[in-house]
Amino acid sequence: MPVMFSASGPGSHVHMSTTPRLTALDALHRSLGATMTDFAGWDMPLRYGSERDEHNAVRTRAGLFDLSHMGEITVTGPQAVDLLDFALVGNMSTIGNGRARYTMICREDGGILDDLIVYRLGETEYMVVANASNAQVVLDALTERAAGFDAEVRDDRDAYALLAVQGPESPGILKKLTDADLDGLKYYAGLPGTVAGVPALIARTGYTGEDGFELFLKPEHAEGVWRALTEAGADAGLIPCGLSCRDTLRLEAGMPLYGHELTTALTPFDAGLSRVVKFEKPGDFVGRKALEAAAERAETAPPRKLVGLVAAGRRVPRAGMAVVANGEVVGEVTSGAPSPTLGEPIAMAYVDAAHATPGTEGVGVDIRGTHEPYAVVALPFYKRQK
Amino acid sequence: MSNPQQLRYSKEHEWLSAVEDGVATIGITEHAANALGDVVFVQLPEVGDTVTAGESCGELESTKSVSDLYAPVTGEVVAANQDVVDDPSLVNSAPFEGGWLFKVRITGEPDDLLSADEYTAFTAG
Repeated sequence: MPVMFSASGPGSHVHMSTTPRLTALDALHRSLGATMTDFAGWDMPLRYGSERDEHNAVRTRAGLFDLSHMGEITVTGPQAVDLLDFALVGNMSTIGNGRARYTMICREDGGILDDLIVYRLGETEYMVVANASNAQVVLDALTERAAGFDAEVRDDRDAYALLAVQGPESPGILKKLTDADLDGLKYYAGLPGTVAGVPALIARTGYTGEDGFELFLKPEHAEGVWRALTEAGADAGLIPCGLSCRDTLRLEAGMPLYGHELTTALTPFDAGLSRVVKFEKPGDFVGRKALEAAAERAETAPPRKLVGLVAAGRRVPRAGMAVVANGEVVGEVTSGAPSPTLGEPIAMAYVDAAHATPGTEGVGVDIRGTHEPYAVVALPFYKRQK
Repeated sequence: MSNPQQLRYSKEHEWLSAVEDGVATIGITEHAANALGDVVFVQLPEVGDTVTAGESCGELESTKSVSDLYAPVTGEVVAANQDVVDDPSLVNSAPFEGGWLFKVRITGEPDDLLSADEYTAFTAG
C-alpha cells in the first residue's frame, strides 16, 4: 500500500527541508506512544491510540491537546488597537478587556491570509493567534502594516506553550487546578490566572465544537500542567488527543481550516464568513476596497457556497475531489472524513449556488471515477446541546 | 509489534499465510494498520475475481486517507472476509487474525516476498 503514507490532512502538508520544530512536550508525547506527524514544520502528535476514541472522548468526556505549534504574536502600545483595526478586517476597538474575537487578515486584494483569534490582554495589549502554517506570514504582514502606528509587534511564538482541554467534562477538570472564576468566563473570553500553581492565560476557546479551554503557558511549565490535567481528568475519562481527531471534530462543527476552506484565492465573502468583515468601523483597513467589491459581487452573482455533504455510502470524499451533478462539475470538496459522531462520511465543499440549497437532489462526488451520491446539508453537521 | 514467523510479507505491507492446497490467506500487517489509523471502510475483491501480484485489487479507507490494497500474489479469489467488511475495525484490532481480507488460489507469486525477519528489518528503516 505505497500510497498510505501520502495521506491527506495534517500528515500531508509539504515538509520543510529544515529539521522539524519540537514542542516542549515532545518527549512526553513519545513516552505516551504518540504517532507523530509533520505539521507546518512542527513535529506534532497525530494520535496516541485510536483517533475515533479520541474524537469520542472530546464529544462525551474530555480530551487534552498540545497545540504549541499555534503562532502567538503580541501587539502592544498606545495605538495597538488602531494598528489591528487597520491590519485586520474586524472591529477590534469593540473587544472588551479580557475578551477574544475571531477575525481574519486579508491581502489588499481581499484574499484571506489567515484566520485568527485576537485576545485583548490589557488596556493596550493584544495577543494575535495565527495558524502555525501562516504564523510567519501574519507576523510579517502585521510588522509591515505597523508602519506609522505607535505600536509594537512582537513574535511570541517561543514564549508560549498552548494546551487545550476540550469536552463537556473540561470545566470540572480545570476547576480542580485553578481558583480562577471559570463559571464567569464566557465563551471567547480569557483571563490571566494560575493553573496547577503556575501562571497561565486561561481562554474559553477551542476548535472542537465543545465547551473547553485553551491554556497559554510558559513552555517550561507545559509538562507539569499536562501531567496535572491528566491526573485531574483521569476519573472523568480525559485522554490525550492528537491533531487527527482535532480535524474531524472541527469538521463536524463546520469550522473552516486554513488551506482547505480558506485560502488567498478566496475572500471572506466567498467563504460564507462575511460577518467577520466590519465595513462600519472607522478608518481604512487593508483590503477594504476589494472587499466592498466582493460584497457587491456576492449580492448580485452569488459565488460558490460552502455546504455540507453527507454520504449515502461508505466511501469518503477527500479534499480536491470534484462535486458533480448531471455529469457536470459543480464544485470541489475542501475537507472530508468519516464522521465518528454521525457514523457516515461527511465533507465540506464549495458548490455552485444552483446546487447549494440543502436538500438539492442529484449531487454526487467523483470518488476515483465513480459518482457517489451525497446529500447537501446546512453546516454544521454537529452542534452541542447547551 | 511482532510479525508472525509463519507468514510471508510484501513490500506493500500485505501478509500471506502458509499455502494449503494451493490457497493462501491475505491481510495487511499490523505496521500498515497502525500507519493507516482507524480503518472505516474496506472494499475487497470478489470471489471469482482474478488478482495479479503487485496490482490494486481493493481499497481501505481510514480517517485520514484511502489506500489501495495490492495483491501480493497472482490467482483466483476463493473467499473474502465479510466480517471485516461489516466491521472494518478488525483490521486494526486483529490484523493477523480476524482482520484477514481474502483468500487466493495461487497461480503465480513474485520472487521478492519477505520473511518475517526481513519484513521487520524493512519496516524498521
